[in-house]
Amino acid sequence: MAALKPSKRFRYLFTINPAATLRLGLWAALAIGMMTVDHRYHSLDGLRDLLSTAIYPLQTLMQAPAAVRTWFTDNLANRGVLLEENARLREKQIFLNAQLQKLTTLEAENRRLRSLLESAVNTPERMLIAELLAVDFNPYRHHILLNRGRQHGIEANQPAIDQHGIIGQIMRADLLTSTAILITDPNHALPIQITRTGIRTLARGTGHFQELELPHIPNSEDVKVGDELVTSGLGGRFPKGYPVGTITKVEFDPGSPFARITAKPLAQLDRIREVMLLENGVDGVAVAPAPVAP
Amino acid sequence: MTDDRTHGGGIIALSLLAAFLLSGIPLPGELDRFRPDWVAMTLIYWCMALPHRIGIGMGWLVGLLLDVARGALLGQYALALSVVAYLTLQTYRRIRVFSPWRQALTVLVLLLIEQVLVFWISGVIGYPPRDGWYLAPAVGGMVAWPLLFVVLRDVRRHFQVA
Repeated sequence: MAALKPSKRFRYLFTINPAATLRLGLWAALAIGMMTVDHRYHSLDGLRDLLSTAIYPLQTLMQAPAAVRTWFTDNLANRGVLLEENARLREKQIFLNAQLQKLTTLEAENRRLRSLLESAVNTPERMLIAELLAVDFNPYRHHILLNRGRQHGIEANQPAIDQHGIIGQIMRADLLTSTAILITDPNHALPIQITRTGIRTLARGTGHFQELELPHIPNSEDVKVGDELVTSGLGGRFPKGYPVGTITKVEFDPGSPFARITAKPLAQLDRIREVMLLENGVDGVAVAPAPVAP
Repeated sequence: MTDDRTHGGGIIALSLLAAFLLSGIPLPGELDRFRPDWVAMTLIYWCMALPHRIGIGMGWLVGLLLDVARGALLGQYALALSVVAYLTLQTYRRIRVFSPWRQALTVLVLLLIEQVLVFWISGVIGYPPRDGWYLAPAVGGMVAWPLLFVVLRDVRRHFQVA
């Protein structure tokens, strides 16, 4: 190379390799074909399943720094801190137990009343806890990857909650992992009800973790800042009555038939570590009232 | 260059693996928006250093694994990284002789092309970018390039990857 004359060397610097261009064309065509098939027909799920199982160890490894930190804080915390935390947790447990007692009586009463009305009963859901493995590369798309899959009994459409409220639902379950779509994803709409007035509507994601929009409420409706939203159970995916968020802004626009309403989700969607997955189809809208023994 | 034997394939694979693990580690606070795409940068380095071994097909394969890991459409990163590998292969003779900062600028352009391709496809399937922040990882990549370059060059020399 050093022996080339300057003019030749200059030309050498700018040579285009036609074989590479051809190769790029072939690989690009393959990629575009795969994307089309993946997006339209979902017939590549087997391949995705296989590859995601193959890289599962890597993704677990990626969580290692966080796991090490948790281990250190758990194991090397000093006694005082532990005692303090212990006391706090005990206090909280007493408080929660008291609430639980109330809940048990309420649930029993509810069941009795429902059986009188011959409607479907609220069975307690089976829950499964999954941990976050990764978030989407695309900041505008709110999908998260969880470390539980079909192997652990996860199915598509299972609702996901955290200790504050609804997070989203499982979109796709692979063998060892699953992908959930959050309620703030721009392509997600959640059937909700405003508890104060009983208005049913949809809460649509905006692509911001702190914001949901309620696009279909007429200007004439009674909606106030601070109103609470719960799931309405319509649509059959989400159980009824789980907290979703609170209304943060109500703007009446005289030029448009609908008010501009935004709400803030209760679940802390941008700092998810663990989610609880509820069982599919339990407690959705009762399609046909099942006869229940009192 | 007269030595035709290839060795150090394991080192290349390991460096890509390390890059993959690194790209999953968040940076503190607001800086996280600039988290570089280490995998793409490592690929650019190897395409530049060993154009006879690492090329479009490798970019495509690495991209496919990224698609699965990052939950993109199958083919999204594969397409973007094969284009990046192609552009690197066509320009490696010039990039090699650039000063570190001109090299970093070239890498910025390559990474911008990658981001634009990936997000353009996301836009087609209904997730258009809402602002310009999706280009920030390319800027982070530019800033991190000189460091990555020095590390990978030393690794390559030490293990005599050719």
